[in-house]
Amino acid sequence: MISGIQHFAFCQRQWALIHIENQWRENVLTTEGNHVHQRVDDSGFDETRGVFRIVRSVPLVSESLRIRGIADMVEFERQSEKCEETVMLDGREGNWKVTPVEYKRGKPKSDDRDIVQLCAQAICLEEMLGVKIACGAIYYAETRRREQVMFSDSLRLRVKTLVAGMRLLYDENRTPRAEYQKHCERCSLISICKPKWSAKGYSKSAAAYVKRFVEGGEDQSDDC
Amino acid sequence: MRRLLNTLYVTLPDAYVGAKGETLIIRSDGVKEMQVPIINLESVIVFGYRGVSPDAMQLCIDNHVSLVFLTPYGQFKARITGETKGNVHLRRTQYRWSDNGEQTLLLAKRFLFSKIGNARVSLQRTLRDYPDRVDQDRLKSVLLLLNRQIREINNSQSLDELRGAEGLAARSYFSVVSEQILVNKQGFSFKGRVKRPPTDPVNALLSFLYTLLANDVTHALETVGLDPQVGFLHRDRSGRNSLALDLMEEFRVYFADRTMLTLINRQQIFPDDFVRKESGAYFLKDDARKIVLTEWQQRKRDEIRHPFFDEKIAVGLLPYAQAMLLARYLRGDLDDYPPFFWK
Repeated sequence: MISGIQHFAFCQRQWALIHIENQWRENVLTTEGNHVHQRVDDSGFDETRGVFRIVRSVPLVSESLRIRGIADMVEFERQSEKCEETVMLDGREGNWKVTPVEYKRGKPKSDDRDIVQLCAQAICLEEMLGVKIACGAIYYAETRRREQVMFSDSLRLRVKTLVAGMRLLYDENRTPRAEYQKHCERCSLISICKPKWSAKGYSKSAAAYVKRFVEGGEDQSDDC
Repeated sequence: MRRLLNTLYVTLPDAYVGAKGETLIIRSDGVKEMQVPIINLESVIVFGYRGVSPDAMQLCIDNHVSLVFLTPYGQFKARITGETKGNVHLRRTQYRWSDNGEQTLLLAKRFLFSKIGNARVSLQRTLRDYPDRVDQDRLKSVLLLLNRQIREINNSQSLDELRGAEGLAARSYFSVVSEQILVNKQGFSFKGRVKRPPTDPVNALLSFLYTLLANDVTHALETVGLDPQVGFLHRDRSGRNSLALDLMEEFRVYFADRTMLTLINRQQIFPDDFVRKESGAYFLKDDARKIVLTEWQQRKRDEIRHPFFDEKIAVGLLPYAQAMLLARYLRGDLDDYPPFFWK
């Protein structure tokens, strides 16, 4: 469900096709994404490096948002002092600051779909660990850079709004009509979605097409 | 539109299909005949059950490649499919509409418009291309009747009325199919459609081609998440792929009948390419079957402009495109179901 937020923020129809209708078509982009995730998804790969404790594939849940999911990676950094941003870890000494880290193929997006997904993870972690999380990070495979994300109040509100929208469509089992846009050409589901066939204002009427056939029967020339 | 992938036809009498890594390996008598990467395949059709290893079955299932077993004569035996995929809501709508008289009648009409419309185009083409070699009056009178039956179907108030009008159109169309056969007329005389078993070479060829078509259409319906068994024009019967039969109506003439005519008229197939069984049933010989399969695959690679959505697509993707349009209509994305009208 959490991973769905990125789809929902990108396109509500794409989200519905994947999460309500179970349609998924692998394309080059998603296959590359799987490759990036191979190491991240290995939950046996937890490690401690200096002041860092790195945990992978962390199951998450939030009662308030009613969502669950898995964080690619959560980074714990040992702090010298205890504060509202630190937690204790089982079997380990000290106070640890919590940072969710998401791995993404490609580079930072012009929209907020990656950021809202990370923020949803942070909200879950806050509830589960009783901690405040001020920021997280997204690692982009293409730029090989880690981008810091601040969890502002407005971002948190945006996440809540998106989740409420997902819940509504999910409960109604409803897939929204397509709205053809430029970003459709990069979507892995374009061959299933066929946005031009059902976009709002789509000019082709199938009823007119059938009617033309029935009425055109008599004088249909034989060389067309 | 997605890519057209290949169908692997396994016709060798003692072939065994195994898997290695991401490829299928076909062995005959223990000797490797060929090795195909699974990602190039859409479906695997095995004529007669000789053997497919569990590994190969799993490879097919994991890659959504349909695996079908037919008898050597092309009769359907079994299909191995993975988990039911796709959209339960779509299938529910399909079931509800199948129970709804009004929707059923509307869709049945669409399938038959296409069937009869495409038969009409086929006859018109013959008239146009061979005006001197055919009985023009016979063909023209059948064309008139087909036009009338399209109107009859349009005005039909029930499935029974519809089927009556369709039956008349079909008999009339088949009565002039022999006019379209231009060579070897003696050996390929055709008086009408006879199935189970076919009792002449033309019917044998048609039966075989319809089986190939049925498999393609069934697979296309499954790919878009529709249930091939629950139809509109064809009603539920256990074990029958009624929706596949519905959708097949659009392609019978365009795919199968035309391929039959091409094979005969281009003299790729001859009357002695058939075996006559003691019962009077006719079947294709092994070598001839190979010629038919090659022509069938060839045909699928041709490209046409789709009459409704006006994109160029491979002919082999037409069943998939129509299945998708049907799903679109069921989901409420389209204001009607646009069948395939050959132009």
